[in-house]
Amino acid sequence: MRILLALALVLGFIMTPPALAQDTEPTDDAAAMTLLEALDVDSFPVKGEAIDAIVRSDDPRARDWLQALLDGRLQRADDGRFVVVLDNTGRDWPVQDALTGESLGEMSRRDLGRIGINNALRNQLRSAIAVVDLYSPDLQLRRASAERLLGEVDGDLAGPLAEVIEEETDARVRGRLTQALAIYRLEQGELEAIDDLHGSLHSRVRVALNRAANADDPLIADAAREALSGIEQMLKVNRAAETLYFGLSLGSVLVLAAIGLAITFGVMGVINMAHGELIMLGAYTTWAMQQLLPGQPGLALILAIPAGFMVSALAGIAIERGVIQFLKGRPLETLLATFGISLILQQLVRTGISPLNRTVITPEWMSGSIAVNDALSLTLNRMYVLGFALVVFALLMLVMRRTRLGLEVRAVTQNRTMARSMGIRATRVDILTFALGSGVAGLAGVALSQLTNVGPNLGQNYIIDSFMVVVFGGVGNLWGTLVAGLSLGVINQVLEPWAGAVMAKIIVLVFIILFIQKRPRGLFPQKGRAAEG
Amino acid sequence: MDSSRLWLLRPFGERSTLIFLGVLLAAMTLVTLLHVALAPGHPLYVNAYTVNLFGKYLSYALLAVAVDLVWGYLGILSLGHGAFFALGGYAMGMYLMRQIGERGVYGHPVLPDFMVFLNWDSLPWYWLGFDMAWFAFLMVLLVPGVLALVFGFLAFRSRVTGVYLSIITQALTFALMLAFFRNEMGFGGSDGLTDFREILGFNLRSSETRLGLFLASGVALALGYVLCRAIVTSKLGRVCVATRDAEARTRFLGYRVERFQLFVFVVSAMLAGLAGALYVPQVGIINPSEFSPLFSIEIVLWVALGGRATLYGAVIGALLVNYAKTYFTGAMPDAWLFALGGLFVVVTVFLPKGVAGLLALRLRQRRDDGGSLSGKEASA
Repeated sequence: MRILLALALVLGFIMTPPALAQDTEPTDDAAAMTLLEALDVDSFPVKGEAIDAIVRSDDPRARDWLQALLDGRLQRADDGRFVVVLDNTGRDWPVQDALTGESLGEMSRRDLGRIGINNALRNQLRSAIAVVDLYSPDLQLRRASAERLLGEVDGDLAGPLAEVIEEETDARVRGRLTQALAIYRLEQGELEAIDDLHGSLHSRVRVALNRAANADDPLIADAAREALSGIEQMLKVNRAAETLYFGLSLGSVLVLAAIGLAITFGVMGVINMAHGELIMLGAYTTWAMQQLLPGQPGLALILAIPAGFMVSALAGIAIERGVIQFLKGRPLETLLATFGISLILQQLVRTGISPLNRTVITPEWMSGSIAVNDALSLTLNRMYVLGFALVVFALLMLVMRRTRLGLEVRAVTQNRTMARSMGIRATRVDILTFALGSGVAGLAGVALSQLTNVGPNLGQNYIIDSFMVVVFGGVGNLWGTLVAGLSLGVINQVLEPWAGAVMAKIIVLVFIILFIQKRPRGLFPQKGRAAEG
Repeated sequence: MDSSRLWLLRPFGERSTLIFLGVLLAAMTLVTLLHVALAPGHPLYVNAYTVNLFGKYLSYALLAVAVDLVWGYLGILSLGHGAFFALGGYAMGMYLMRQIGERGVYGHPVLPDFMVFLNWDSLPWYWLGFDMAWFAFLMVLLVPGVLALVFGFLAFRSRVTGVYLSIITQALTFALMLAFFRNEMGFGGSDGLTDFREILGFNLRSSETRLGLFLASGVALALGYVLCRAIVTSKLGRVCVATRDAEARTRFLGYRVERFQLFVFVVSAMLAGLAGALYVPQVGIINPSEFSPLFSIEIVLWVALGGRATLYGAVIGALLVNYAKTYFTGAMPDAWLFALGGLFVVVTVFLPKGVAGLLALRLRQRRDDGGSLSGKEASA
């Protein structure tokens, strides 16, 4: 076995691609032929021995043969050659020589004879492939193989596995293999094996421990139960962490959707019911960017951030100049007029683009997830959106607190007349503030395009939630919006497993309605003069 | 005239009410005559479908009057009146559902089809009693009324007003919509209640019943209108207007503003429920989409287009918008949302007083005939 490992390390990187395998130090083709010929027998037990022989042979092509055999693609042609079928659809199949790896063109299926296997052999093959993989220098392959061996270890494997564990350098692979071996040892009635299984969150380990908990030996059963209860505890912590993560993720979406509103509604006092549609415009901008840059979804997404901001900001300016400025001081009328605009924008998208949802591609670096442990993995796209929300919030805070514009905005909202007499051009501030709030809605749209469907109704789904977040947090208070959004997201996720998704939403809505009765000015009410406005 | 006892009759002394009632009565008589007296095929014949459509419009008009009562005279922009309308509709729908009896697809004597389909074995408690017409009709008023009472009590007591109130009324109807979409609620989920057969023993599909429902809607609108008129012209109505214009001052004058608000809000919700109950048998279905925030806000547009704080304006607005909706959705469905959205913008920016405002302006101009200040006066 050690020799094999050494050999594998030497031949290493060329082992997997079959086309290259032949270039290396060729194992004796005649010996290889003997190995394969041993497979072409009727008796399954004999075939099993032949498989073992292949595993022991150290032949670099062994893994491909085993895999092909497992998939039913290892076949014998009428002329006696062994071939690997590359594609077994249609009538003529492309094949390559099992020994040389050289392509033999297409062969009629009638000229080929399949080497049959049964379920017992299938299991044997899977384990055999996993073992072969364990010697691979490719860490990913070793990890995947160790993962597969969990709960699959039998008497034949236990010995070699113990050796492999000694040799293994990667801690994760070693830990996994130790657990795999421990499950086998536990099945053999070895009490100490449970020590190796403590704290593992893998479902197969739990299955094994559950089985052991019902074992006849009271010692083992007790130990297994104890280990299980420890694992349950850890699982609970993990589930709580997962709920928190999803809650924060949902909360970050709410914050993104609401933060623009917190500017236009909270700071300026303008009710913009078309805010949702500004979010939708941002999402559609992402889609359009990806259409413009086919094949580069990542670049398109990054470019969509400034583009989405600009598109929504310009739309916002148009709304402000076209409608809202005429309705100053009449908030309820503003609400109705902007609602009309939202209907028009929705219908524009429906007739102009399509009433159906558009697909926005998630770039590779944003898909997938980080596995923290066996029970907890965090999806990357949500992580990015969470980070993005926090960055947007921080930038917005910076603009409002540290720039000239922020100062002027605060001045105009606190006392318009006074601000004007100090030389601030209030109209210009109005336009810029509204553009800023709208642009942030566009940013929310860019982020949302990664999490939900991009369709004409996208904005509608968020408008009520956004208003709830702003009102709950306290109008005119950006921090309040952040806290409200994140906490509502978490509350929603906590309620969800208990009450169901729709019911959780209803409960949250009712909660906010009742909360506003109690504290009409939200979590963090404005104090001083601004509160009287 | 003893005003305290005859306040319900006072509107009959007003010219505007008499004109409104006269026009309504004339329209109802005309439609009935054209439907009954003329033979089908006659160019002026009004078929059963159109009668049904007019009946639907009239129930919408009653809903608009209910919204105008709170928005026009109390300054409360309710974006959730669709909820009261839908609750009234559901109460009626439950009655109609129980009237189906064994004639459903599954032929179950008690359970409606959707419950049999969901494998329910008995009627939920809140469905009990809805086989009796008097109970169901009482619920049509009580359910929206009680919801409005609880919601209004909480909201007005803590002085939630203006935009905040609008937003939480919207959240209310949104939450109800989500709830009614759930199958577990026992209201038929997203399909709602439908396949009705008869009401009070009359076949719902016969043209006589449709005419009857049309007339009932007209009568309900007339009564609702008179009731609202009576409220707004009473002393209570004046307090309401004062609250609308300066809530804090009214409070300082010693009025318990929240009580007036609550009373009017509940009356309005009951009227909306009544409108819903008249609407459901005429369209033959009630489902959670009536709870959608879009519908509620659309009602507000009817009122805004017709003219706020006139009541008859609300009726005009409801009829105009719904006629336009019927026309557009038939002729060019894509354009309807453009038209509706455009209406919202145009009405709020250019027509703050609505069609009724235009009418009043024209009337006053004619009366002053040549008076140099008339234009200015009217717009002031």
